[in-house]
Amino acid sequence: MDGDERVFDDRTPGVEEYEPTANYWSYTAGLGLAVLATIASFVVSQTHLLWPPGIPVGLMVLAFAQIGVHLVFFLHLGSGPESTNNILALAFGVLIVFLVITGSIWIIANLHWNMMEMSAH
Amino acid sequence: MSTVEEALGPPMGLGTADAVPLSLRGPAPVRVVAGFGFWLFLLSDILIFAALFAAYAVLSAETAGGPAGAALFDRHNVLIETACLLASSVTCGFGSLAMQRADLRSTWFWMVVTFVLGATFLSLEASEFARMVATGAGPSRSAFLSSFFALVGTHGLHVSIGLAWLVVMLLQVATLGFQPMVSRRFFCFALFWHALDIVWVGVFTLVYLMGDFH
Repeated sequence: MDGDERVFDDRTPGVEEYEPTANYWSYTAGLGLAVLATIASFVVSQTHLLWPPGIPVGLMVLAFAQIGVHLVFFLHLGSGPESTNNILALAFGVLIVFLVITGSIWIIANLHWNMMEMSAH
Repeated sequence: MSTVEEALGPPMGLGTADAVPLSLRGPAPVRVVAGFGFWLFLLSDILIFAALFAAYAVLSAETAGGPAGAALFDRHNVLIETACLLASSVTCGFGSLAMQRADLRSTWFWMVVTFVLGATFLSLEASEFARMVATGAGPSRSAFLSSFFALVGTHGLHVSIGLAWLVVMLLQVATLGFQPMVSRRFFCFALFWHALDIVWVGVFTLVYLMGDFH
C-alpha cells in the first residue's frame, strides 16, 4: 500500500520533541494543589471538622486526590498518545495494588474475627 | 541519523499526529520507550510497597503491649518531612525543565536544591528512627513496629538510592553535558523521584495520620 509512505511523509524528522504539559506552570499548579490536599489531610486528622468515624474515609479521599494531582502535574500522565501504554500499565498496577491491600485486610480481619470467637469462650 | 534525532524522534501528539492512527505511526521516540520501560519498573516497585502497606494495615493494631502510633509519632516532624519531599519533587521538575533548555547553571542549581531537600528528609527520618529505637520502640518490639520499620524504612532506602542516583546525574551532567542519554537518565530519575513522593502520600496518610487522629 502506498499509504505507508504517506504516513511517514507526514512526520517531520529531527524536530525537537516538545512536551506541552511540562512547564513551570504545571509544576507550580501541582505544588499548589498538593499543598492544599496535604494541609487538608492534616487539618482533617487533627480536628473534628469531619464526623469522627468518617475521618479515615476523608483521609483516603484526600490521599487519592493528591496521588491524582501528582500523576497529572508531576508525572505528566495525560490523554496524549504517548501516555496510552503508561495508563494501561498503571490501571493494571492499581488493580493489583487494590487486590493485595483489600484482600489482605479482608482475609486477616475475617481470620481475626473467628479467632476472637474462640478466645472469648 | 544523529544521536540527537534518534533520541528526540518526531513530534508526537502535535498537529499531524491526530491524522495518523496510533498503529501506523511507526516506532515511538526513544524517550517514550525508555519512559515506558521505567514506568513498568516503577509499577513493580509500587507492588512491593503495596505488600508492605497491606502488612502494615493488618498489623497496625498488634502492639503487643508496647507503644502505639499515637504515642510515637511527632506530627510536626511528619509535616516537615512531607514539605521537604513535596518541594524536592517540584525542584526536580524545575531541574528537568532546565535540562530541556540545556541551561547548565539552573540545572545544577535545581539538582542541588533537590539533593538538599531529599537529604533533609532522610536525616529527619533517620533521627526519628534513632529516637524510637533509643526509647525501646525498635522493630523487634511488636508486629506493629516491625511493619512500620519495614514500610517506612523501605521508602527511606528508596530515597537514599534516589540521592545516590542524583549525585551520579550531577557528575554526568558535569562530565558528559546535555547528551540525549544523560537527559533521558535524568528523565527516568525524575519519574523515580515523583513516584517516591506518591508512595510518601500513602505513608503519611495511612501511617502517620490514620494512626493519630482523635
